[in-house]
Amino acid sequence: MDNNKDCSMYTEHVDSGKRKVTLSLTVNGHQVVRDVDPSMSLLHFLRDNIKLFGTKEACGEGECGACTIIMNGKAVTSCIVLAVEAEGAQITTVEGLAKDGKLSILQEEFISEDALQCGYCTPGFLMSARALLDSNPNPSDEEIVEVLSGNLCRCTGYIPILNAVKRTIEREQKELGR
Amino acid sequence: MAKAEYKSKYKRVGQRYDRKDAREKVTGQAVYTYDLELPGMLYARCLLSPYARAKIVSIDTSKAKALPGVRAILTGEDSDILVGLYMQDKRVLSRGVTRYQGDVVAAVAAEDEETAERAISLIDVVYEPLEPVHDVDEALEGKILVHEDINELKHYVGVFFPQKDSNIASWNKSKKGDLEKAFAESDLVVENDFSLPAVAHVPMETHVSIVQADPFSNKIKIWSSAQSPFAIRQIMADSFGVSESDVEVHIPYVGGGFGGKAGIHLEPLATLLSKAAGGLPVKVRATREQEFNQLPTRAGMRGRIKTAANKDGKITAMQAVYDWDSGAYADYGVNVGKTAVYSGIGPYSIENACIDSKTIYTNKVFSTAYRGFGHLETHWSIERQIDILSQKLGIDPYEFRMMNLLEPGDKTMSGEVITESSGNPKECLTAVVKEIGWTGRKTEEERQREWKTGKVRGKGFAMLQKAPAMPANTATSVVMQMNGDGHVKMMIGAVDMGQGAITALSQIAAQELDMPIEDIEISAQIDTRSNPYDWNTVASKLTFLGGNAVVKASHELLHKMKVIAGQVLRTDPENLLHANGEIYHPHNPNRRLSYKDIALGYMYPDGSGIGGPLIASGSVVADGLTNLHPETGQGNPAAVWTFGAHAVEIEVDVETGSVTVLKVASAFDVGQVINEKLIYGQICGGVLQGLGSALLEGYKFNKDEKLMNPSFTDNKIPTMKDMPVEIVPIYIENPQHNGPLGARGVGEHPMISVPSAIGNAVYDALGINFHVLPLSPEAIVLGIQSGKKSILCTDVDCLPGRL
Repeated sequence: MDNNKDCSMYTEHVDSGKRKVTLSLTVNGHQVVRDVDPSMSLLHFLRDNIKLFGTKEACGEGECGACTIIMNGKAVTSCIVLAVEAEGAQITTVEGLAKDGKLSILQEEFISEDALQCGYCTPGFLMSARALLDSNPNPSDEEIVEVLSGNLCRCTGYIPILNAVKRTIEREQKELGR
Repeated sequence: MAKAEYKSKYKRVGQRYDRKDAREKVTGQAVYTYDLELPGMLYARCLLSPYARAKIVSIDTSKAKALPGVRAILTGEDSDILVGLYMQDKRVLSRGVTRYQGDVVAAVAAEDEETAERAISLIDVVYEPLEPVHDVDEALEGKILVHEDINELKHYVGVFFPQKDSNIASWNKSKKGDLEKAFAESDLVVENDFSLPAVAHVPMETHVSIVQADPFSNKIKIWSSAQSPFAIRQIMADSFGVSESDVEVHIPYVGGGFGGKAGIHLEPLATLLSKAAGGLPVKVRATREQEFNQLPTRAGMRGRIKTAANKDGKITAMQAVYDWDSGAYADYGVNVGKTAVYSGIGPYSIENACIDSKTIYTNKVFSTAYRGFGHLETHWSIERQIDILSQKLGIDPYEFRMMNLLEPGDKTMSGEVITESSGNPKECLTAVVKEIGWTGRKTEEERQREWKTGKVRGKGFAMLQKAPAMPANTATSVVMQMNGDGHVKMMIGAVDMGQGAITALSQIAAQELDMPIEDIEISAQIDTRSNPYDWNTVASKLTFLGGNAVVKASHELLHKMKVIAGQVLRTDPENLLHANGEIYHPHNPNRRLSYKDIALGYMYPDGSGIGGPLIASGSVVADGLTNLHPETGQGNPAAVWTFGAHAVEIEVDVETGSVTVLKVASAFDVGQVINEKLIYGQICGGVLQGLGSALLEGYKFNKDEKLMNPSFTDNKIPTMKDMPVEIVPIYIENPQHNGPLGARGVGEHPMISVPSAIGNAVYDALGINFHVLPLSPEAIVLGIQSGKKSILCTDVDCLPGRL
């Protein structure tokens, strides 16, 4: 969120009876400009407005982490962030993890370690883990657990997820020189 | 055998293939019902009863109707449709009365969710609150009836037994031997109560259904996050008076089920709303709060167990009375209750036994199937009772169990004879006990010494058994068709909600057809118009029944390929073998054809063809099962038992009451591992879900039976911080002679008996027998402070401790 900007700096106008503001941000490397309802959550903006359905809702209260995305380098639960707070932001969603037609190491390791079953919480876990590794390429097990304990999964028992993140750290160090 | 060491004797079955749906799920491409949008789709919201039991005096929807964007409003006056799996006891919309605080009183379909929500807030309802039925004891008194029309309710006759003018949705019974005589003649008789609260499934995708009801015909199109497409089709047809073929059910990816999405849930309401809105598609999605307080849960249960044994350690008699608090409706609850009468003494050989299992209506959130289907609950009772008996007899709990566990030649509760092919419970127990280094219970002196450090360790273990709880004639089917590229398109009717069904079944097909698993094309999406029939995706039955159907279809496909290849290669088909995607003549390997060459029929050099597209099917019905005798419970209910055992080591902080799980060893006699990666996932996931029931989870109702904790803030499930330090999976492979490559199901089993093993370990650590779950920090502390050796209740009311 750009805290230096107060609400008066957003462009406001009225469209079919509802107050709208113009929002401009970058999602997975693409510039997006849309008029949005100021009360719309970032989650619903991503899903309903720009049709990126990879990000899921599971509680709508910021308790389960299923809707986690990366905003300006930080993992946020997009269900409790207003879309307008993302003005000018760089957003990465699960759809932005694979680059140049190739899955990221993190995605490959989620597959290889069977770190998912029903898959509904998976995008959130991927984004939380990605944000962690971007800020700390070599976290301890305790640091991984601390961060990922904000995401709920009912299927896997978490052990395969932890294993996948640990394998990713090893491979990123070896293959990407992190 | 530990995880890393597992080696399969088969080339494809048993191997660690990646799940087939994984790529779509890590890239955000997997589409769930929650993600679906249809042209013209409306969004629904429900008004739920604010009271556990109330009379609806009046409903005024006029203000809501006037709201722009509202397209349909329904109340109980608009529909009298009753639904139910085994008991038709649930109105889609409440009429006259409400029976729990999640009953739907009114529903709105509008152009968007916000409008629907606003419309709901504009509906005025006048209620007359009525005294609810709070618990099973009050329900059994029968002064207030949850269903005054219980005598008229349509139900599955001969399998379920609703009692006249009562709150008993079904009373199932079983008995064998001479109980009274055995109790009178035995050295020791021990009687205990055990209980556990209702627990939520918590699928990460809440229940969501979209229905488009064609206003010009009987056709009903359903998209749903559901486990049972064909059961939905049948129940919808029954309830709406249409033909099964009028109902089409589509299942996209399902974000978790655990039994909570078995049967039928939001589909009938969405259907009524779609009809009322002129046939537009209507999406009904449960919020997380509604997932807790409107959608069904696992029943709370009380088990009263009376057991007799002789000094030498032989159990002579067992009597079990299970009272299930099924809440307002029977749903799958009655079948859970029925299952307890043939599995409710655990995997023990006991000559004299008797079980009464009552599924009871109260005015709480209603119950349904939940991973383990009553077995976590019954084993909580039995495996704690067995431990307490061993304490009283002064016999090591491992030795005591080994003296009484089933072995070939013994009979189960319902009289089935156990054979070598049934699997080996003793091997499971021995393996886990060895893995945690069990050397016997702690002495009181050892406990006291450790107590001074503030942390006490304990070890415990528990047995488990489960067979699929399913109708005697349960069936499933598979269709295979070969594509022009030699790949096999395989269609099933069961749902892969993450358990790995499509991958496991593909491995069985790849094994039988000897072709790469990558060339088996299978979709997790089900469409009842094109996919073949499957009863329900429940009961850990698919690997066994579905696997057998895949074997059958594979063999038929191979036979058809060999018939065509025989013509081309000019030999009797019986002379031909198959390997690596080719049919060949073993004496003259030059005579060979690839599957691809005959996939759509063989074409000769002159262009003429024989054969045509290859297609095969496999149909399987459960073999040799019967309904149980209504009074004695004798019969053949179990297509396949899977036995197992858990052993745990824990550390209890005696100041905070928190239990840290250091190690869990889990062994299952699975007959044959199908995919080592998937079974490990089932074990890790099931064990953690079991730890949730053991240590954290449970519904809390206030005095008016309103759910107090319908959110993740107050109804916590395990997070990554609750992971055991170590889980050791142990796969025992005594093949089931009629299983696919010898395999048995194991989907639910990892969850069963985790609480029992923890409860037994808590006794080892503290010398206190807990009879109630969850073993939360406050329960442990209150237990310690009470100074008692048996803790029957951990409500603050029951234990006026010093907190």
